[in-house]
Amino acid sequence: MSKKVIVIEDERNIIEAISFILSRDGWDVVTHSNGHDAIDAVRLRKPDIVILDVMLPGKSGFDILQEIRGDGELGQIPVLMLTARGQEKDREMAQRAGASAYMTKPFSNAEVLDAVRHLATV
Amino acid sequence: MVGTRIRERRIMVGIKQADLAQSAGISASYLNLIEHNRRRIGGKTLHQLAEVLDVTPAFLSQGAEVALLSGLRDAAEDHTPAETDRVDEFAGRFPGWAGLILDLVRQRDDLAHSVKALTDRIAYDPELAKSLHEVISTVTSIRSAATILADGQSLEPQWQSRFHRNIDEDSERLASEAEALVRYLEGAPGSEMAVRTPLEQFHAFMDSHDHHFSELEGPGGSARVASIIARGDHLVSDAARQIAFAVLKQYVQDARKLPLSEMGDLIETHGLDPLALAEATNQRLATVARRLGSLPEDVAGPVGFFICDGTGRVILQKPALGIARLRTNACCIHWPIYEVLGHPGRVIQKRVRQDEARVIALAMSHEARAASINRPALYHAQMLLLPDNGTGPETKVAASCSMCTMGACQVD
Repeated sequence: MSKKVIVIEDERNIIEAISFILSRDGWDVVTHSNGHDAIDAVRLRKPDIVILDVMLPGKSGFDILQEIRGDGELGQIPVLMLTARGQEKDREMAQRAGASAYMTKPFSNAEVLDAVRHLATV
Repeated sequence: MVGTRIRERRIMVGIKQADLAQSAGISASYLNLIEHNRRRIGGKTLHQLAEVLDVTPAFLSQGAEVALLSGLRDAAEDHTPAETDRVDEFAGRFPGWAGLILDLVRQRDDLAHSVKALTDRIAYDPELAKSLHEVISTVTSIRSAATILADGQSLEPQWQSRFHRNIDEDSERLASEAEALVRYLEGAPGSEMAVRTPLEQFHAFMDSHDHHFSELEGPGGSARVASIIARGDHLVSDAARQIAFAVLKQYVQDARKLPLSEMGDLIETHGLDPLALAEATNQRLATVARRLGSLPEDVAGPVGFFICDGTGRVILQKPALGIARLRTNACCIHWPIYEVLGHPGRVIQKRVRQDEARVIALAMSHEARAASINRPALYHAQMLLLPDNGTGPETKVAASCSMCTMGACQVD
Protein backbone atom coordinates (compact mmCIF):
# COMPACT_ATOMS: atom_id res chain seq x y z
CA MET A 1 0.00 0.00 0.00
CA SER A 2 1.32 3.46 -0.96
CA LYS A 3 2.34 5.88 1.71
CA LYS A 4 0.21 8.99 1.94
CA VAL A 5 1.38 12.62 1.66
CA ILE A 6 -0.81 15.65 2.26
CA VAL A 7 0.30 18.85 0.51
CA ILE A 8 -1.03 21.95 2.25
CA GLU A 9 -0.28 24.83 -0.12
CA ASP A 10 -2.37 27.64 -1.60
CA GLU A 11 -0.66 27.95 -5.01
CA ARG A 12 -2.70 25.71 -7.33
CA ASN A 13 0.06 25.17 -9.87
CA ILE A 14 2.61 24.28 -7.19
CA ILE A 15 0.13 21.76 -5.78
CA GLU A 16 -0.27 20.23 -9.24
CA ALA A 17 3.46 19.96 -9.85
CA ILE A 18 4.28 18.48 -6.44
CA SER A 19 1.31 16.11 -6.66
CA PHE A 20 2.44 14.95 -10.08
CA ILE A 21 6.06 14.21 -9.16
CA LEU A 22 5.10 12.47 -5.91
CA SER A 23 2.35 10.43 -7.56
CA ARG A 24 4.78 9.40 -10.28
CA ASP A 25 7.12 8.26 -7.50
CA GLY A 26 4.40 6.05 -6.06
CA TRP A 27 2.98 8.23 -3.29
CA ASP A 28 -0.69 8.59 -2.51
CA VAL A 29 -1.10 12.40 -2.63
CA VAL A 30 -3.95 14.44 -1.16
CA THR A 31 -4.06 18.24 -1.13
CA HIS A 32 -5.49 21.09 0.90
CA SER A 33 -5.30 24.78 0.07
CA ASN A 34 -6.13 26.88 3.11
CA GLY A 35 -4.87 27.29 6.64
CA HIS A 36 -7.87 27.64 8.88
CA ASP A 37 -9.13 24.03 8.66
CA ALA A 38 -5.84 22.40 7.64
CA ILE A 39 -5.56 20.56 10.95
CA ASP A 40 -8.98 18.96 10.29
CA ALA A 41 -7.74 17.77 6.90
CA VAL A 42 -4.67 16.21 8.53
CA ARG A 43 -6.85 14.49 11.16
CA LEU A 44 -9.19 13.20 8.46
CA ARG A 45 -6.50 11.98 6.06
CA LYS A 46 -3.98 10.70 8.61
CA PRO A 47 -1.02 11.06 6.22
CA ASP A 48 2.45 9.56 6.65
CA ILE A 49 4.06 12.90 5.73
CA VAL A 50 2.84 16.51 5.69
CA ILE A 51 4.17 19.09 3.22
CA LEU A 52 3.19 22.45 4.68
CA ASP A 53 3.55 25.96 3.23
CA VAL A 54 4.26 28.74 5.74
CA MET A 55 2.17 31.52 4.21
CA LEU A 56 -1.37 30.23 3.91
CA PRO A 57 -4.70 32.03 3.87
CA GLY A 58 -6.48 31.76 7.21
CA LYS A 59 -3.63 30.53 9.39
CA SER A 60 0.15 30.43 9.21
CA GLY A 61 2.02 27.19 8.59
CA PHE A 62 3.84 27.67 11.92
CA ASP A 63 0.51 27.70 13.79
CA ILE A 64 -0.69 24.59 11.94
CA LEU A 65 2.59 22.84 12.76
CA GLN A 66 2.12 23.66 16.44
CA GLU A 67 -1.38 22.18 16.29
CA ILE A 68 -0.01 19.02 14.67
CA ARG A 69 2.75 18.69 17.27
CA GLY A 70 0.25 19.28 20.07
CA ASP A 71 -2.09 16.56 18.85
CA GLY A 72 -1.57 13.20 20.52
CA GLU A 73 -2.38 11.17 17.39
CA LEU A 74 -0.65 13.38 14.81
CA GLY A 75 2.30 14.66 16.84
CA GLN A 76 4.89 12.26 15.36
CA ILE A 77 4.10 12.83 11.67
CA PRO A 78 7.15 14.18 9.76
CA VAL A 79 6.45 17.69 8.45
CA LEU A 80 8.32 19.33 5.55
CA MET A 81 7.90 23.13 5.69
CA LEU A 82 7.91 25.16 2.47
CA THR A 83 8.53 28.87 2.50
CA ALA A 84 9.59 31.75 0.31
CA ARG A 85 11.55 33.23 3.18
CA GLY A 86 15.09 31.99 3.46
CA GLN A 87 16.21 34.01 6.43
CA GLU A 88 17.97 32.19 9.22
CA LYS A 89 15.42 33.34 11.78
CA ASP A 90 12.62 31.66 9.80
CA ARG A 91 14.58 28.44 9.69
CA GLU A 92 15.11 28.66 13.45
CA MET A 93 11.41 29.37 13.92
CA ALA A 94 10.52 26.28 11.92
CA GLN A 95 12.92 24.15 13.94
CA ARG A 96 11.57 25.50 17.22
CA ALA A 97 8.00 24.82 16.08
CA GLY A 98 9.02 21.22 15.38
CA ALA A 99 9.49 21.03 11.60
CA SER A 100 11.22 17.82 10.47
CA ALA A 101 12.68 19.54 7.41
CA TYR A 102 12.58 23.00 5.86
CA MET A 103 12.77 23.97 2.21
CA THR A 104 13.02 27.44 0.68
CA LYS A 105 11.28 28.36 -2.56
CA PRO A 106 12.17 28.23 -5.37
CA PHE A 107 13.09 24.56 -4.78
CA SER A 108 13.60 21.92 -7.46
CA ASN A 109 11.43 18.85 -7.97
CA ALA A 110 14.39 16.63 -7.11
CA GLU A 111 14.88 18.41 -3.78
CA VAL A 112 11.26 17.88 -2.80
CA LEU A 113 11.37 14.25 -3.82
CA ASP A 114 14.61 13.62 -1.92
CA ALA A 115 13.27 15.32 1.21
CA VAL A 116 10.04 13.31 1.18
CA ARG A 117 11.87 10.04 0.57
CA HIS A 118 14.25 10.87 3.41
CA LEU A 119 11.44 11.73 5.84
CA ALA A 120 9.74 8.42 5.03
CA THR A 121 12.79 6.56 6.30
CA VAL A 122 13.15 8.53 9.55
CA MET B 1 26.54 84.39 25.04
CA VAL B 2 24.03 83.28 22.43
CA GLY B 3 22.77 86.80 21.73
CA THR B 4 26.27 88.12 21.18
CA ARG B 5 27.03 85.31 18.72
CA ILE B 6 23.83 86.07 16.80
CA ARG B 7 24.73 89.75 16.61
CA GLU B 8 28.32 89.03 15.53
CA ARG B 9 27.18 86.58 12.87
CA ARG B 10 24.47 88.95 11.60
CA ILE B 11 26.96 91.80 11.23
CA MET B 12 29.49 89.48 9.61
CA VAL B 13 27.05 88.37 6.89
CA GLY B 14 25.72 91.93 6.49
CA ILE B 15 22.06 91.52 7.41
CA LYS B 16 20.12 94.33 9.07
CA GLN B 17 18.52 93.53 12.40
CA ALA B 18 15.02 94.27 11.08
CA ASP B 19 15.58 92.03 8.04
CA LEU B 20 16.83 89.13 10.15
CA ALA B 21 13.90 89.52 12.53
CA GLN B 22 11.43 89.46 9.65
CA SER B 23 13.06 86.40 8.05
CA ALA B 24 12.99 84.55 11.37
CA GLY B 25 9.36 85.49 12.06
CA ILE B 26 9.99 87.58 15.18
CA SER B 27 9.77 91.28 15.92
CA ALA B 28 12.82 93.53 15.58
CA SER B 29 12.48 94.65 19.20
CA TYR B 30 12.47 91.01 20.39
CA LEU B 31 15.59 90.30 18.30
CA ASN B 32 17.22 93.39 19.78
CA LEU B 33 16.59 92.03 23.29
CA ILE B 34 17.96 88.63 22.25
CA GLU B 35 21.09 90.16 20.73
CA HIS B 36 21.77 92.05 23.94
CA ASN B 37 21.34 88.82 25.92
CA ARG B 38 18.27 90.16 27.69
CA ARG B 39 16.02 87.37 26.46
CA ARG B 40 16.88 83.69 26.52
CA ILE B 41 16.49 81.89 23.23
CA GLY B 42 16.14 78.29 22.15
CA GLY B 43 13.96 75.90 20.18
CA LYS B 44 12.22 77.10 17.05
CA THR B 45 13.43 80.70 17.17
CA LEU B 46 17.06 79.60 17.52
CA HIS B 47 16.63 77.20 14.60
CA GLN B 48 15.05 79.88 12.43
CA LEU B 49 17.75 82.42 13.19
CA ALA B 50 20.44 79.80 12.58
CA GLU B 51 18.88 78.93 9.24
CA VAL B 52 18.77 82.54 8.09
CA LEU B 53 22.34 83.11 9.29
CA ASP B 54 23.44 79.89 7.57
CA VAL B 55 24.99 78.28 10.65
CA THR B 56 23.97 75.38 12.87
CA PRO B 57 21.93 76.08 16.01
CA ALA B 58 24.85 74.62 17.99
CA PHE B 59 27.13 77.29 16.51
CA LEU B 60 24.88 79.99 17.97
CA SER B 61 24.09 78.26 21.26
CA GLN B 62 27.51 76.89 22.06
CA GLY B 63 29.93 78.78 19.86
CA ALA B 64 31.84 77.52 16.89
CA GLU B 65 34.66 76.03 18.88
CA VAL B 66 32.50 74.00 21.26
CA ALA B 67 30.30 72.74 18.42
CA LEU B 68 33.37 71.75 16.41
CA LEU B 69 35.11 69.99 19.30
CA SER B 70 31.96 68.17 20.33
CA GLY B 71 31.43 67.04 16.72
CA LEU B 72 35.02 65.84 16.37
CA ARG B 73 34.83 63.87 19.63
CA ASP B 74 31.64 62.20 18.41
CA ALA B 75 33.28 61.45 15.07
CA ALA B 76 36.25 59.79 16.77
CA GLU B 77 34.22 57.59 19.07
CA ASP B 78 34.43 54.50 16.86
CA HIS B 79 38.09 55.08 16.04
CA THR B 80 40.20 54.37 19.07
CA PRO B 81 43.51 55.21 17.32
CA ALA B 82 42.38 58.86 16.99
CA GLU B 83 44.38 61.15 19.30
CA THR B 84 41.31 62.46 21.11
CA ASP B 85 43.39 64.07 23.84
CA ARG B 86 44.75 66.46 21.17
CA VAL B 87 41.41 67.34 19.57
CA ASP B 88 41.67 71.00 20.67
CA GLU B 89 45.09 71.29 19.07
CA PHE B 90 43.87 69.65 15.86
CA ALA B 91 40.79 71.88 15.53
CA GLY B 92 42.90 74.96 16.28
CA ARG B 93 45.64 74.21 13.77
CA PHE B 94 43.48 72.76 10.98
CA PRO B 95 39.93 74.22 11.22
CA GLY B 96 39.27 73.53 7.53
CA TRP B 97 40.22 69.85 7.78
CA ALA B 98 38.26 69.55 11.02
CA GLY B 99 35.16 70.95 9.33
CA LEU B 100 35.63 68.58 6.40
CA ILE B 101 35.83 65.60 8.75
CA LEU B 102 32.58 66.65 10.39
CA ASP B 103 30.86 66.99 7.01
CA LEU B 104 32.05 63.55 5.93
CA VAL B 105 30.97 61.96 9.22
CA ARG B 106 27.53 63.52 8.87
CA GLN B 107 27.25 62.17 5.32
CA ARG B 108 28.37 58.72 6.51
CA ASP B 109 25.83 58.74 9.34
CA ASP B 110 23.03 59.78 6.97
CA LEU B 111 23.93 56.98 4.55
CA ALA B 112 24.22 54.37 7.31
CA HIS B 113 20.87 55.49 8.59
CA SER B 114 19.26 55.14 5.17
CA VAL B 115 20.75 51.67 4.68
CA LYS B 116 19.43 50.50 8.04
CA ALA B 117 15.99 51.91 7.40
CA LEU B 118 15.83 50.32 3.95
CA THR B 119 16.99 46.98 5.37
CA ASP B 120 14.30 47.17 8.02
CA ARG B 121 11.83 48.00 5.35
CA ILE B 122 12.65 44.90 3.30
CA ALA B 123 12.51 42.74 6.43
CA TYR B 124 9.32 44.13 7.93
CA ASP B 125 7.26 45.77 5.20
CA PRO B 126 4.27 43.41 4.87
CA GLU B 127 3.36 44.66 1.38
CA LEU B 128 6.85 44.04 0.09
CA ALA B 129 7.08 40.64 1.81
CA LYS B 130 3.74 39.60 0.27
CA SER B 131 4.77 40.77 -3.17
CA LEU B 132 8.14 38.97 -3.02
CA HIS B 133 6.43 35.83 -1.74
CA GLU B 134 4.11 35.83 -4.74
CA VAL B 135 6.96 36.31 -7.19
CA ILE B 136 9.02 33.50 -5.63
CA SER B 137 6.03 31.14 -5.48
CA THR B 138 5.29 31.75 -9.15
CA VAL B 139 8.94 31.16 -10.07
CA THR B 140 8.79 27.90 -8.08
CA SER B 141 5.72 26.81 -9.97
CA ILE B 142 7.26 27.59 -13.37
CA ARG B 143 10.50 25.85 -12.45
CA SER B 144 8.67 22.76 -11.26
CA ALA B 145 6.43 22.49 -14.34
CA ALA B 146 9.34 23.16 -16.73
CA THR B 147 11.40 20.40 -15.09
CA ILE B 148 8.54 17.94 -15.46
CA LEU B 149 8.25 18.80 -19.15
CA ALA B 150 11.99 18.64 -19.76
CA ASP B 151 13.19 15.76 -17.59
CA GLY B 152 12.94 13.21 -20.42
CA GLN B 153 10.43 10.93 -18.75
CA SER B 154 7.34 10.00 -20.73
CA LEU B 155 4.40 12.25 -20.12
CA GLU B 156 0.81 11.66 -21.14
CA PRO B 157 -0.53 14.31 -23.53
CA GLN B 158 -3.13 15.63 -21.06
CA TRP B 159 -0.42 16.20 -18.41
CA GLN B 160 1.85 17.75 -21.01
CA SER B 161 -0.92 20.09 -22.02
CA ARG B 162 -1.75 20.91 -18.40
CA PHE B 163 1.84 21.86 -17.49
CA HIS B 164 2.21 23.91 -20.67
CA ARG B 165 -0.92 25.77 -19.66
CA ASN B 166 0.38 26.19 -16.09
CA ILE B 167 3.65 27.68 -17.36
CA ASP B 168 1.72 30.02 -19.63
CA GLU B 169 -0.52 31.14 -16.73
CA ASP B 170 2.39 31.50 -14.33
CA SER B 171 4.56 33.43 -16.76
CA GLU B 172 1.73 35.88 -17.29
CA ARG B 173 1.24 36.13 -13.53
CA LEU B 174 4.99 36.61 -13.02
CA ALA B 175 5.09 39.44 -15.54
CA SER B 176 2.23 41.15 -13.79
CA GLU B 177 3.74 40.62 -10.30
CA ALA B 178 7.14 41.87 -11.46
CA GLU B 179 5.52 44.96 -12.92
CA ALA B 180 3.62 45.60 -9.67
CA LEU B 181 6.81 45.12 -7.68
CA VAL B 182 8.73 47.61 -9.81
CA ARG B 183 5.84 50.06 -9.51
CA TYR B 184 5.87 49.60 -5.74
CA LEU B 185 9.62 50.14 -5.47
CA GLU B 186 9.56 53.12 -7.81
CA GLY B 187 6.69 54.62 -5.87
CA ALA B 188 8.38 54.02 -2.55
CA PRO B 189 8.93 57.22 -0.67
CA GLY B 190 12.51 58.27 -1.21
CA SER B 191 12.61 61.27 1.07
CA GLU B 192 14.87 61.48 4.06
CA MET B 193 11.81 61.25 6.32
CA ALA B 194 10.68 57.98 4.74
CA VAL B 195 13.84 56.20 5.79
CA ARG B 196 13.73 57.49 9.33
CA THR B 197 12.44 55.28 12.10
CA PRO B 198 8.92 56.01 13.36
CA LEU B 199 10.33 57.50 16.55
CA GLU B 200 12.64 59.80 14.56
CA GLN B 201 9.69 60.86 12.38
CA PHE B 202 7.80 61.66 15.56
CA HIS B 203 10.73 63.68 16.95
CA ALA B 204 10.90 65.65 13.68
CA PHE B 205 7.14 66.25 13.86
CA MET B 206 7.40 67.58 17.42
CA ASP B 207 10.42 69.74 16.52
CA SER B 208 8.54 71.24 13.58
CA HIS B 209 5.86 72.42 16.04
CA ASP B 210 8.42 73.42 18.66
CA HIS B 211 6.44 71.02 20.94
CA HIS B 212 3.53 73.44 21.16
CA PHE B 213 0.13 73.02 19.48
CA SER B 214 -2.03 76.14 19.73
CA GLU B 215 -4.93 74.27 18.09
CA LEU B 216 -5.05 71.86 21.04
CA GLU B 217 -5.34 74.62 23.60
CA GLY B 218 -8.81 75.45 24.90
CA PRO B 219 -12.14 73.65 24.44
CA GLY B 220 -12.50 71.10 21.67
CA GLY B 221 -8.79 70.38 21.43
CA SER B 222 -9.22 66.62 21.30
CA ALA B 223 -11.33 66.90 18.14
CA ARG B 224 -8.41 68.50 16.33
CA VAL B 225 -5.77 65.87 17.16
CA ALA B 226 -6.50 63.71 14.11
CA SER B 227 -6.38 66.72 11.79
CA ILE B 228 -2.99 67.86 13.12
CA ILE B 229 -1.59 64.36 12.66
CA ALA B 230 -3.04 64.09 9.15
CA ARG B 231 -1.24 67.33 8.24
CA GLY B 232 2.04 66.18 9.82
CA ASP B 233 4.36 65.83 6.82
CA HIS B 234 7.01 64.19 8.99
CA LEU B 235 4.70 61.38 10.09
CA VAL B 236 5.06 59.10 7.08
CA SER B 237 4.48 55.77 8.86
CA ASP B 238 1.50 54.42 10.77
CA ALA B 239 3.72 53.70 13.75
CA ALA B 240 4.87 57.35 13.88
CA ARG B 241 1.25 58.53 13.66
CA GLN B 242 0.28 56.21 16.52
CA ILE B 243 3.06 57.61 18.71
CA ALA B 244 1.97 61.17 17.85
CA PHE B 245 -1.67 60.34 18.55
CA ALA B 246 -0.89 59.06 22.06
CA VAL B 247 1.31 62.07 22.88
CA LEU B 248 -1.19 64.63 21.56
CA LYS B 249 -4.03 62.99 23.49
CA GLN B 250 -1.94 63.42 26.61
CA TYR B 251 -1.23 67.02 25.54
CA VAL B 252 -4.96 67.78 25.41
CA GLN B 253 -5.51 66.32 28.90
CA ASP B 254 -2.61 68.34 30.30
CA ALA B 255 -3.87 71.52 28.59
CA ARG B 256 -7.29 71.03 30.19
CA LYS B 257 -5.74 70.70 33.64
CA LEU B 258 -3.34 73.59 33.16
CA PRO B 259 -4.89 76.02 30.62
CA LEU B 260 -2.54 78.18 28.60
CA SER B 261 -4.53 81.27 29.61
CA GLU B 262 -3.57 80.66 33.25
CA MET B 263 0.00 79.46 32.82
CA GLY B 264 1.46 82.93 32.12
CA ASP B 265 0.13 84.32 35.39
CA LEU B 266 1.10 81.20 37.31
CA ILE B 267 4.68 81.43 36.04
CA GLU B 268 4.70 85.15 36.78
CA THR B 269 3.69 84.40 40.38
CA HIS B 270 5.68 81.25 41.10
CA GLY B 271 8.46 81.45 38.54
CA LEU B 272 9.59 78.39 36.59
CA ASP B 273 9.37 76.32 39.75
CA PRO B 274 7.59 73.04 38.92
CA LEU B 275 7.17 72.05 42.57
CA ALA B 276 5.54 75.38 43.45
CA LEU B 277 3.37 75.22 40.32
CA ALA B 278 2.26 71.68 41.18
CA GLU B 279 1.30 72.76 44.67
CA ALA B 280 -0.49 75.92 43.49
CA THR B 281 -2.52 74.05 40.85
CA ASN B 282 -2.99 70.82 42.81
CA GLN B 283 -1.62 68.84 39.87
CA ARG B 284 0.92 66.04 39.73
CA LEU B 285 4.51 67.08 39.22
CA ALA B 286 4.71 64.93 36.08
CA THR B 287 1.73 66.80 34.59
CA VAL B 288 3.28 70.19 35.37
CA ALA B 289 6.61 69.09 33.87
CA ARG B 290 4.95 67.93 30.64
CA ARG B 291 2.98 71.17 30.47
CA LEU B 292 6.05 73.36 30.93
CA GLY B 293 7.70 71.37 28.16
CA SER B 294 4.85 72.21 25.81
CA LEU B 295 4.46 75.94 26.44
CA PRO B 296 5.49 78.49 23.80
CA GLU B 297 8.72 80.33 24.41
CA ASP B 298 7.00 83.68 24.95
CA VAL B 299 5.16 82.21 27.95
CA ALA B 300 7.80 80.08 29.65
CA GLY B 301 11.03 81.00 27.90
CA PRO B 302 13.30 78.21 26.64
CA VAL B 303 12.59 74.98 28.51
CA GLY B 304 13.98 71.55 27.67
CA PHE B 305 11.97 68.42 28.22
CA PHE B 306 12.65 64.70 27.82
CA ILE B 307 10.80 61.45 28.46
CA CYS B 308 12.40 58.01 28.39
CA ASP B 309 10.84 54.60 28.76
CA GLY B 310 11.91 51.82 31.10
CA THR B 311 14.67 50.69 28.74
CA GLY B 312 16.22 54.16 28.73
CA ARG B 313 15.05 54.88 25.18
CA VAL B 314 14.30 58.58 24.79
CA ILE B 315 10.75 58.72 23.47
CA LEU B 316 10.29 62.47 23.55
CA GLN B 317 12.97 65.11 23.43
CA LYS B 318 12.92 68.85 23.33
CA PRO B 319 16.49 70.09 23.64
CA ALA B 320 17.01 73.65 24.80
CA LEU B 321 19.36 76.04 26.58
CA GLY B 322 22.40 74.82 24.65
CA ILE B 323 22.01 71.20 25.77
CA ALA B 324 22.41 68.66 22.99
CA ARG B 325 19.85 65.98 22.22
CA LEU B 326 20.10 62.88 24.38
CA ARG B 327 21.72 60.21 22.25
CA THR B 328 19.80 57.01 21.64
CA ASN B 329 22.91 55.00 22.34
CA ALA B 330 25.67 55.77 24.79
CA CYS B 331 23.98 58.71 26.46
CA CYS B 332 25.69 60.07 29.58
CA ILE B 333 24.48 58.17 32.65
CA HIS B 334 24.92 61.27 34.82
CA TRP B 335 21.72 62.81 33.49
CA PRO B 336 19.27 62.63 36.39
CA ILE B 337 16.60 61.16 34.07
CA TYR B 338 18.49 57.85 34.22
CA GLU B 339 19.05 58.14 37.96
CA VAL B 340 15.30 58.21 38.68
CA LEU B 341 14.38 55.56 36.10
CA GLY B 342 14.51 52.63 38.49
CA HIS B 343 12.94 54.57 41.36
CA PRO B 344 9.27 55.39 40.77
CA GLY B 345 8.09 58.41 42.71
CA ARG B 346 11.59 59.76 43.21
CA VAL B 347 12.36 63.35 42.20
CA ILE B 348 15.88 64.63 41.65
CA GLN B 349 16.93 68.19 40.98
CA LYS B 350 20.50 68.99 40.00
CA ARG B 351 22.53 71.80 38.60
CA VAL B 352 23.97 70.31 35.42
CA ARG B 353 26.73 71.51 33.14
CA GLN B 354 27.44 70.25 29.62
CA ASP B 355 30.39 72.03 28.04
CA GLU B 356 29.46 75.72 28.41
CA ALA B 357 25.75 75.16 28.91
CA ARG B 358 24.38 75.25 32.47
CA VAL B 359 20.86 74.19 33.41
CA ILE B 360 18.74 73.03 36.30
CA ALA B 361 17.60 69.46 35.55
CA LEU B 362 14.53 68.20 37.38
CA ALA B 363 13.83 64.50 36.86
CA MET B 364 11.04 62.29 38.08
CA SER B 365 9.80 58.77 37.45
CA HIS B 366 6.19 57.69 37.34
CA GLU B 367 4.07 54.67 36.51
CA ALA B 368 2.96 54.94 32.87
CA ARG B 369 0.93 51.72 32.99
CA ALA B 370 -0.23 49.88 36.08
CA ALA B 371 0.77 46.28 36.70
CA SER B 372 -1.75 43.50 36.26
CA ILE B 373 -1.59 39.73 36.48
CA ASN B 374 1.44 38.45 34.56
CA ARG B 375 2.03 41.96 33.20
CA PRO B 376 4.56 44.21 34.90
CA ALA B 377 4.04 47.91 35.43
CA LEU B 378 5.69 50.26 32.94
CA TYR B 379 7.65 53.21 34.22
CA HIS B 380 8.60 56.37 32.40
CA ALA B 381 11.06 59.00 33.52
CA GLN B 382 10.71 62.69 32.68
CA MET B 383 13.26 65.47 32.87
CA LEU B 384 12.79 69.21 32.63
CA LEU B 385 15.68 71.50 31.79
CA LEU B 386 15.29 74.99 33.21
CA PRO B 387 17.48 78.09 33.04
CA ASP B 388 20.10 78.16 35.77
CA ASN B 389 20.51 81.60 37.29
CA GLY B 390 22.27 80.54 40.46
CA THR B 391 25.54 79.10 41.59
CA GLY B 392 26.52 75.97 43.46
CA PRO B 393 27.88 72.47 42.93
CA GLU B 394 27.41 71.19 39.38
CA THR B 395 27.08 67.72 37.91
CA LYS B 396 28.99 67.51 34.66
CA VAL B 397 27.40 65.51 31.88
CA ALA B 398 28.93 64.53 28.59
CA ALA B 399 27.28 64.66 25.18
CA SER B 400 28.15 60.99 24.74
CA CYS B 401 29.29 58.18 27.02
CA SER B 402 31.58 56.43 24.57
CA MET B 403 33.68 59.54 23.96
CA CYS B 404 33.56 60.95 27.46
CA THR B 405 36.62 62.91 28.47
CA MET B 406 35.55 63.42 32.07
CA GLY B 407 36.71 59.99 33.25
CA ALA B 408 34.38 60.17 36.23
CA CYS B 409 32.67 56.83 35.91
CA GLN B 410 35.18 54.29 34.67
CA VAL B 411 33.63 50.82 34.71
CA ASP B 412 35.88 47.95 35.81
